[in-house]
Amino acid sequence: MRTLILKSASSYLLPVLLIFSVFILLRGHYLPGGGFVGGLVAAIAFVLHAFSHGLDKTRTILKLHPGFLMPLGLLVAFLSGIAPMVFSDLPFMTGLWAENPIPVIGAIGSALFFDLGVYLVVIGASLTIIFTISESA
Amino acid sequence: MLEAVLLGFLFSLFLVFSGSYLRGRLAVLSSLIPLSLFIYFSTFISEIADGKVFYENHEWVPSFGVNLSFTLDGLSLLFALMITGVGTMVFVYSSAYLKNHNYLDRFYGYLSLFMAAMLGLVLSDNLMSMFIFWELTSISSFYLIGFNNDKEDSRKSALIALGVTGIGGLMLLGGAILLGDVAGTYRISEMLSSREAIADSSHYVLILIFIFSAAFTKSAQFPFHFWLPEAMKAPTPVSTYLHSATMVKAGVYLLFRMTPVLNGAEIWHTVLIVVGGITMIYSAIHIIFRTDLKGILAYSTIAALGILVFLIGIGTQAALVAAAVFIVVHALYKASLFLITGIIDHETGTRDVTQLAGLRKVMLPVAIAGFIAALISGGVPPTLGFVGKDLIYESTLHFKDNAILLTIIALSTNVLLFYAGFIAGVKPFMGKLPKKFEKIRLPSPLMWIPPLIMTLAGLVFGLFPGLIETAVAKPIAMAQALQFEEFHLKLWHGFNPILALSATTLVLGTVLYFVLKPKHSLEVTIAKLDSIAPKTLLLNLSEGFAVFSKFWTNFFQTGYLRHYLFIVVSFLILLLGYLIFSDFSLSIDTSSLAELTIYEISILIMLLLGVLYTVFTKSRLAAVASLGVVGLSFSLLFLFYSAPDLAMTQFSVDTLTVILFVLVLYKLPKYLNLSDIRLRIKHGIISVSFGVLITILILKVLSEPKNTEVTEFYAENAYKLAHGKNIVNVILVDFRGTDTIIEISVLIVAALGVFGLLKLKLKTKDKK
Repeated sequence: MRTLILKSASSYLLPVLLIFSVFILLRGHYLPGGGFVGGLVAAIAFVLHAFSHGLDKTRTILKLHPGFLMPLGLLVAFLSGIAPMVFSDLPFMTGLWAENPIPVIGAIGSALFFDLGVYLVVIGASLTIIFTISESA
Repeated sequence: MLEAVLLGFLFSLFLVFSGSYLRGRLAVLSSLIPLSLFIYFSTFISEIADGKVFYENHEWVPSFGVNLSFTLDGLSLLFALMITGVGTMVFVYSSAYLKNHNYLDRFYGYLSLFMAAMLGLVLSDNLMSMFIFWELTSISSFYLIGFNNDKEDSRKSALIALGVTGIGGLMLLGGAILLGDVAGTYRISEMLSSREAIADSSHYVLILIFIFSAAFTKSAQFPFHFWLPEAMKAPTPVSTYLHSATMVKAGVYLLFRMTPVLNGAEIWHTVLIVVGGITMIYSAIHIIFRTDLKGILAYSTIAALGILVFLIGIGTQAALVAAAVFIVVHALYKASLFLITGIIDHETGTRDVTQLAGLRKVMLPVAIAGFIAALISGGVPPTLGFVGKDLIYESTLHFKDNAILLTIIALSTNVLLFYAGFIAGVKPFMGKLPKKFEKIRLPSPLMWIPPLIMTLAGLVFGLFPGLIETAVAKPIAMAQALQFEEFHLKLWHGFNPILALSATTLVLGTVLYFVLKPKHSLEVTIAKLDSIAPKTLLLNLSEGFAVFSKFWTNFFQTGYLRHYLFIVVSFLILLLGYLIFSDFSLSIDTSSLAELTIYEISILIMLLLGVLYTVFTKSRLAAVASLGVVGLSFSLLFLFYSAPDLAMTQFSVDTLTVILFVLVLYKLPKYLNLSDIRLRIKHGIISVSFGVLITILILKVLSEPKNTEVTEFYAENAYKLAHGKNIVNVILVDFRGTDTIIEISVLIVAALGVFGLLKLKLKTKDKK
């Protein structure tokens, strides 16, 4: 499936899709979107790239093994869950919110980091599965 | 007390790193561990004799009432002293018995692990922590029985022992949970106050069944006794420590501990007397048919355990005191006899009693120890054995029903135990020394001093029974009996029926010893009955279960994904079908439904076409693509019914799935008909009926009155509590965030599974 059009398009599509996936991740709190869908979109971006350029190229772009993102994401999600226990002596998974919103991103809270964790886990898990299968197929 | 329990665990942990230092000459130093514990527990004797009880509580899982609470009263002290005392002897003995063994450090590790677990068991006041220590003793004894792990039968007997005692452990857990439920606490000392509530509870019989099964499996009562002779494959120090002096008495300990809590009803006494009685007479008779010294000792141990259960069943104060004293007696003489057997085995290379004779000429101190041990075992005055036997007869004679029958059973068992003690402790040393044994020399003192010390202790305690009375008998009687009566242990009671019974035992035992010689022919005779022995029956049962579970697993676990799907879906169909059609009423209120629009109709047509094409196309890629069409149509449907989040997720998931399929299928041949027409019809019927059932289910849900409480809660609070306007996402990351954490963990597990499965396969392919 190494067509020229797809190849040149996907080189530009990868960053655009990744930014789009972050956008989806961030808008999730008010509008449709969120970590899960965002993660899937990011994964699709990489898969598309792998389709047109070959797996090895994508791997060099990724630098890390995608499997590494899974524990990282889980750690981020978990830390955001225990943050209220550590900082404010509140129960596990209580939402903490910064008082003033930050431009562009909006209100910052522990839920955002939790969603970031979900985002990373979804990218890691789906890329691990797809890469492993396409290697062995 | 926690430190005392932990010491053994820490020591075995220490051995993991530095065991090699303890493998050589320094091995004997490890006996300092049990010795120091013995001295530590000895310091409590005087205070406990005054009636004091020590409590200690460490919180563990307080919300479930599971804590490390320890009690030191007369009963635990007796067992703690026995565990550490006999432990010291066994530790010293092992250093010579397993001298230069490659895994001597490992052996000590298991042994101290076992000792610590056993101490924890007898000190625990909390049934749950007792259960944990109980399991630890089973596990550590598994390692010890299977210590010679290069021998198949030793591995097998380790498994049998683990199986039998493991079932018992499970039973103990069941009993503990029920008792905790009825009494409202897991602390045994607190259960005493709800004695009546337990006896009146509807679970009482069930609790008894559980506790009895635990005790009977651990203490090798009929019909679970068979694991104990099997466990004799272990090195002799292990048999000494676990299978005569300590672990097998854990069941007896449990019964002892539970006596004040549970002995409210008649059934408690009846069951214990019957099982104990059967066990003692059954295994005592077995002694006659054995020629292996360890076999003889194993069966006499079972008989002794039977006596203990029997005495606890009688349950009068006299019987409980008799049991307590007999525990000491038995530990002293049986541990000595086992150690002596170990010496004989170690030096001569045989345990066959028909071949052994005249060994006194080459190992006199061992012969002396053996002789005294036989005297204690036979209950010859002035040893402690005599005191113990008197107490047994006293309690059987004064029992309210069937006193004569019980006394006769006790008498015959005692006669046979007398015989067993003399066969094991005296016979190998008497008579003419065979030529082949002439070169044997006395082994290291580390081996013969321990049995000598223990037998001499039995002699001293017999001459001064007051020692045992204040240290052991009275505190136990006080802890157990509800009304304490004053009593004294004596060697001489004057002329009475009990003395006559003791004399009869001695005379009959001596006669039996001189008349009956152990013969191989007898062993062959009893082997004919093996096919109906409880051992064979239970082992067959477990084998049958293994065959059944193999069939069961093979039937369901075929390894074909379509087979799993088939089973899961058919099961669902059966369940749903039963549920729906057992109460079938369906009314669809068409008036409230919205109008069908052109969008919906066109999506429906797309869906149907997609499904039909997927089923009937012959190309795999086309099937995958049209499956993608089905998925995308669904996400369109979600979009129309205002679920944009779902639509987005469905869209991305579908894209990824199609990519996945294409990746796999791309490499496979393009056209292939994998399933025949009959299979297709079968699957078609299953799928269609599943679809119909689900449709009916959804229609039924629609006709139910709608509950909007949950939706309203989220709609109202999403912004107020979680600062978010997208309810779906707020639920995911905030309200039910813990669920999400678990879900992403599942996702990771799935990814790791795929990774592991395929990478592993790649590697094996590379090897080729």
